[in-house]
Amino acid sequence: MLAMNYRGPYRVRTVQRPMPEILHPEDAIVRVTRTCICGSDLHLYHGMVPDTRVGSTFGHEFTGIIEEVGPLVTNVKVGDHVLVPFNIACGKCNFCKQGLYGNCHESNTMATAVGGIFGYSHTAGGFDGGQAEYVRVPYANIGPTVIPPDMDPDDAVLLTDVVPTGYQAAEMGGIKEGDTVVVFGAGPIGIMAARCAWFFGASRVIIIDHIDYRLEFAKNYAKCEAYNFKSMKDPVVFLKKITDWYGADVCIDCVGCEAEGNLLQTFTGKVTLMQAGAATALQWAINSVKKGGIVSVVGVYGPPFNYVPIGNILNKGITLRANQASVKRLLPRLIEHVQSGRLDPKGLITHRIPLEEIAEGYRIFSSKLDECIKTVIIPSTKP
Amino acid sequence: MNIQNEDFKNIPGWGMDIDPDNEPTYPIKNYTGDDHKRSNYEKAEQQPLNIELLKSNERPQNSVVFGTSVPPTGLSGMIRRYAFRHSEDRYRHWIPLIMADRINAWEGIIEDLKKGTIPDIAKERGWRSEFRHNPAGMIAKAAVMLTIGSLVVRHLFKKK
Ligand SMILES: [Zn+2]
Ligand SMILES: [Zn+2]
Repeated sequence: MLAMNYRGPYRVRTVQRPMPEILHPEDAIVRVTRTCICGSDLHLYHGMVPDTRVGSTFGHEFTGIIEEVGPLVTNVKVGDHVLVPFNIACGKCNFCKQGLYGNCHESNTMATAVGGIFGYSHTAGGFDGGQAEYVRVPYANIGPTVIPPDMDPDDAVLLTDVVPTGYQAAEMGGIKEGDTVVVFGAGPIGIMAARCAWFFGASRVIIIDHIDYRLEFAKNYAKCEAYNFKSMKDPVVFLKKITDWYGADVCIDCVGCEAEGNLLQTFTGKVTLMQAGAATALQWAINSVKKGGIVSVVGVYGPPFNYVPIGNILNKGITLRANQASVKRLLPRLIEHVQSGRLDPKGLITHRIPLEEIAEGYRIFSSKLDECIKTVIIPSTKP
Repeated sequence: MNIQNEDFKNIPGWGMDIDPDNEPTYPIKNYTGDDHKRSNYEKAEQQPLNIELLKSNERPQNSVVFGTSVPPTGLSGMIRRYAFRHSEDRYRHWIPLIMADRINAWEGIIEDLKKGTIPDIAKERGWRSEFRHNPAGMIAKAAVMLTIGSLVVRHLFKKK
């Protein structure tokens, strides 16, 4: 089968790989119908996530048709068209039982901080991902969810990560009616977080980024205010000023470790690698939220260490909330939002690329070329 | 191991102010009260182990399922084995892993050459798209590389 193959920083190609096999009685093999390149794949592509081994296949956002199931799989059957949440979750551990599917304790041997994620380095369990014709899906009774017949598969594939992550970012913000919410980062997740902030009763949603085409897209898609921090002398002062010198009620970091915009952060985080990437967005979020406000983080920060203004978390009484999205917990509600037309995930898709051309897909997204927001990869396997 | 000590319950006032509704992660977490049972829960059967797996030393057993993507090999594999002797709290874990990743990229090229394939780096890096959508940036980058290259070459020849 054809699969994306990582060769080192900024180098990927498609190769023939052996078909995945059932390795556990709760496994399924899924024939991929759609998969995406995610902003967090770029951290891998840039070589910033430790234990990303040459030869692995990325891809944690995919839909597909169940091709084969292990003897203990009962919730899905061969032929079902499913969307597969990016978290690999057992459904039995205490974290899963509490709905924390992103924190499953039985899907990642290589690290304890993060649960298993498809195609996300050996730090996240060493699973091959969905940027391939076929993929092994462990715990097939828990993750894979049959796509409702009336749902566009393009919407379905975005329900595997982008929509739930953006939604949970807003949810973790504890937004109250009338709140002002600032979202850092106008990538697909940031745009979705801004859009979802309205669901929780925000009265003002502001998005901050440094690329004009992304801001323009966000403004239209999420119906929010959009500002380019490159045109500001000081983003924190700017945000204070437009919130009556008070600060936002909720700040959401959808950027993570590859932030732009702060020389010291860039030098220590990206040039000298003294910290795991630049934590600029988090710094701005903590410093521009109001006292007693809430900072919600879904941006990916790699190990081992970050310089964050932790003292300010104390001084300002901030509640800091962060997590990988628990996709399965959120799916029922999000499927409702999509089916009712309140949410249009596929509206984020700007590019469609065949699996054979995946290197171009990574380049376009990584270099922010051709006004790219979200890329869908289509494997050409015959049905 | 969970140390059982009931004595604390005799401390005057113990537990008087427990507020079960004060769950700071609510509604993200559906509190079940089972947390204190730790890792004592019903597990699925273990995935058979027939590859070399590196395990975090912050957990006693492998997780029930695990990925079999790329087992450690070569020099990078040796470094990774060293890294996994240290916990996720230590730089001795992460820094060697990042080093191993860099070495692994070179091992990949050597492996390609051994198999008689020359990696098409321009294609792997997606330069066609960069050139199509960002020709100015691409030319500038190439010019910088050429300048540095020619300076290096000139420097080397001067020395001789
Ligand atoms: Zn993703
Ligand atoms: Zn679990």
